[in-house]
Amino acid sequence: MFAVHLPPLAASLFSLLAIASLLLAFVMLGSRWLKDYLLAFAVQSWLIALLSVAIGYYGHYPELYLIAVLTALFRGLLLPYLLLRIVRQMNVDRELHERLSPSSSLVVGALLVIFAFVVADHVGISLGIAGSVAVLALTVMLSMKLIGFLMLAVRGEVISQILGLLVLENGIFLGSQILVPGMPLLIELVILFDLLVVVACFGVLVRYLLLHAGTSSAHDLRRLVG
Amino acid sequence: MMDANDRIVGGLLGVILLAPLAAVLGCLLARRPRPAEYLNLTAAVSVLAAVLLLLPRALVRTLTFWHGYLIVDALGAWVLLSVASVYLLSSIYAIGYMRRLDEAGRLHRFYALFAGFALTTLCGPLMNNIGVYWIAIELTTLVSTFLVCFELRRDSVEAAWKYIVVVSAGISLALLGIILFYWAGSLRMGPTYDLTWAALRTVAPQLNPTVALAAFLLVLIGFGTKVGLAPMHTWLPDAHSEGPAPVSAMLSGALLNTAMIGIVRFLQVADRGRLGALPRLVVVSIGAFSLFIAALFIVRQRGIKRLMAYSSVEHMGIMTLGFGFGGPLGIAGALYHMLGHSLNKSLMFFGAGNTMQAFHTKRISRIHRVLRSLPASGLLWLAGAVAITGAPPFSLFLSELTIMRAGLAGVNAWAVFVMLPLLVVIFVGFLDHFRAMYFGGHTAAPAGAQTGGSAGAARAPVRESVWCVLPMWLALVPLLVLGLWWPQAISHYFSVVAAQLSGKAVP
Repeated sequence: MFAVHLPPLAASLFSLLAIASLLLAFVMLGSRWLKDYLLAFAVQSWLIALLSVAIGYYGHYPELYLIAVLTALFRGLLLPYLLLRIVRQMNVDRELHERLSPSSSLVVGALLVIFAFVVADHVGISLGIAGSVAVLALTVMLSMKLIGFLMLAVRGEVISQILGLLVLENGIFLGSQILVPGMPLLIELVILFDLLVVVACFGVLVRYLLLHAGTSSAHDLRRLVG
Repeated sequence: MMDANDRIVGGLLGVILLAPLAAVLGCLLARRPRPAEYLNLTAAVSVLAAVLLLLPRALVRTLTFWHGYLIVDALGAWVLLSVASVYLLSSIYAIGYMRRLDEAGRLHRFYALFAGFALTTLCGPLMNNIGVYWIAIELTTLVSTFLVCFELRRDSVEAAWKYIVVVSAGISLALLGIILFYWAGSLRMGPTYDLTWAALRTVAPQLNPTVALAAFLLVLIGFGTKVGLAPMHTWLPDAHSEGPAPVSAMLSGALLNTAMIGIVRFLQVADRGRLGALPRLVVVSIGAFSLFIAALFIVRQRGIKRLMAYSSVEHMGIMTLGFGFGGPLGIAGALYHMLGHSLNKSLMFFGAGNTMQAFHTKRISRIHRVLRSLPASGLLWLAGAVAITGAPPFSLFLSELTIMRAGLAGVNAWAVFVMLPLLVVIFVGFLDHFRAMYFGGHTAAPAGAQTGGSAGAARAPVRESVWCVLPMWLALVPLLVLGLWWPQAISHYFSVVAAQLSGKAVP
C-alpha cells in the first residue's frame, strides 16, 4: 500500500498537513465567531489541496493535481464565499446558542481524538501497519468526523450546522486522499460537485428559514416533536 | 455482446430514466400548471409500463450498461417496480390534491421537482458503482427537501431543515464506510479499480475482517438513516408529515426502498466476508428496535400523518428483519412486504391527505365521523388501515407471516418473539386511532361544533375528486389480490433473487 512505504520527507509532510487540518477543526470548535469558522474552513481546504499535490507528486498520481486545483477552488474559495453571503444575509456574526461552551467542547473534542486514535490503532495493528501514515490518516479522518458531529450537536446557528457537515466531508476527503489515492477520478469529481449542490440547497433553505420561520437558530426549531 | 434481449432492456432503461427527465424539462418550459400535471402523469405511466416489461427480462440474467455504471438485476428491478407504482399512484393523486392547495402559480415547479425526485429515486437501484449509488441517494435528499417545504409554512420549513441536516450527516457515515471498503479492497486489487457491487462481492472473502466489519457498520448506520431505522429515524416523522400528501407517499413508498437496497447489497458483501454472525445480528436488532420505537409512538400519536410516518418506521423494521433473517423465505417475505407496503402506505397517505383537506386539521382528536364527510375515500382508507396493520386478507399479512416463518427457522429466532407482541400492540394502537376518527367523538363533538362550527358529526359530505379516489382503488385492489393469491411467477422471481443474493447462481 502507498501510505506505508514512503520516503521520510514525504511521510513527515503528509503528517504535518493532516495534523494541521485537525488543529483547524479545533480552531472551529473553540471559537464563537462565524467568520473565524469560515476562515478556518477555507484554510483547512487549502491544506487538503496541498496534501493532494504532495500525494500526487510522491505517489505518481497526476490526476490528483486536477483534484487539488478543484479542491482549492471549490472548497477553498467558492464554498466559503457562498457561506459568507449567507452569513451576511443573516445578520448574525457569532454563535449565540451553543449548548456547550467552546472550552468544554475543546475538551470533549480532545477525548474524541483519543477515541479515534484507539480505533485507528486497532485497525492498524490488525493490518500490520501500526505507526504508519495510514494510521494517522485514519485517526484524522475519524476525529474530524466526530468533531463534525460534535459541532452539529452543540451548535445552534444554522451556519454552524452547515459548517459541521462540511467538516465531516473534509475529514472523509482528507482520509481518502491518503488511504485510497487511486480512487477513480470520476467519483471524486462528482463528490466535489455534489458538495456544491448541497451548499446551494442549504443556502436556499436558510433563506426560507429566515422568511418563513423567522429564525437563524436551529434550536428554535422545536415545534415538531412526538 | 449485445443480443436482442439486451437491446430491449437497454431501451426500457432509456424510457425509465429519460421519461422523468423529459417531464422535468417540460414542466420547467411549460410554466403552466395543467400541461405540467399531464406531462408528469405521462412520464409516470411510461415508467411503470417500462418497468413491467423489464421485470421478466431482468430475471434472465444480470446486465450492465454504460461502461458498467448501470446494472439491471432481479433485486433492482423489483425495487423499481415498487418505486414506479408509487410514482404513478401519487402522480394521479397529486393532480387532485395540489389543485386544492391554491398554489397554481408555482405548480409547474412542484411537478418539475416531483419528476426529478422520481428520477433520482429510480436511479438508485440501477447504480452499479457504489460511489455513484451514494451520490444518487444524496441527490434524492436534496430534491425531496424542496418538496417537503413546498408549501413554505413554518412547520414544513422546519421539517425540511431537520431532514436535510440529519440525513446528510447520516449518509456521510455511509460514504466513510464505502471509502473504508474501497481501502480494504485496494489492499488486494491494487490502488485503482471500479468499486462495483460485483467487484466488492468478489474481493469480500479476502478483506481484512476488522476493516470490513467497521465499514459495514458505518454503511448500515448511514443508509439506515435514510431508510428511517430507529434510532436514526428522527427526521422521518417530520418530513413525512409536513410535505404535501403525494410527496409523503413518494418518500415513504419509494425513497425508503431505494435506500434499503443498499443495505441488502452490503449485507450480501458481509455474508461473503469472514465477518461471522455479527452483521446479521446487528441488522436484526436494528429492525426489532425500529418496531419497538414505532409501537411506542404509534400508540400515543396525535398527528394523523405522523401516525402514518411511524407506521413506515415499523414496516421498514419488518423488512429489515426479513432481509436480516435471510434465506429464500426471508428474502421472499421482505420483497413481498416491500411492494405491499409501498402500495398500502400510498393509500394511507392519500386517505390522510383527503381527510386533512376535508377537516382542515392534522390532529387526530379533531377528526370525527370520517364516513359522513368522505363516504368513498373514507371507506377505502379504513380498509387500508386494516391492511397496513397486517390483518388478513391483505398482502402484508402474508408477507409478515412469511418473514416470521423465516425467522423461526434461523439463528435469530428471538427476534420473532419480540416482533409478534409489538405487531399486536401496533395493530391495537393503530386501529384505535381509526376507531376514534370513524366511530368516536360523541362527547367531543358539541365543543368543537360550538367553537369551530365545522368540526364534528354535523358535516355534510365533501365533493371527492375522482383524481383523489381513483389511486386509492388502484392501490387497494392489488393489495387484496396479492393477499388472497401469491402468484407462482412471483415466487419464482423471489427464488431467483434469493439465489443471486446468496451467490449460488452465476449471474
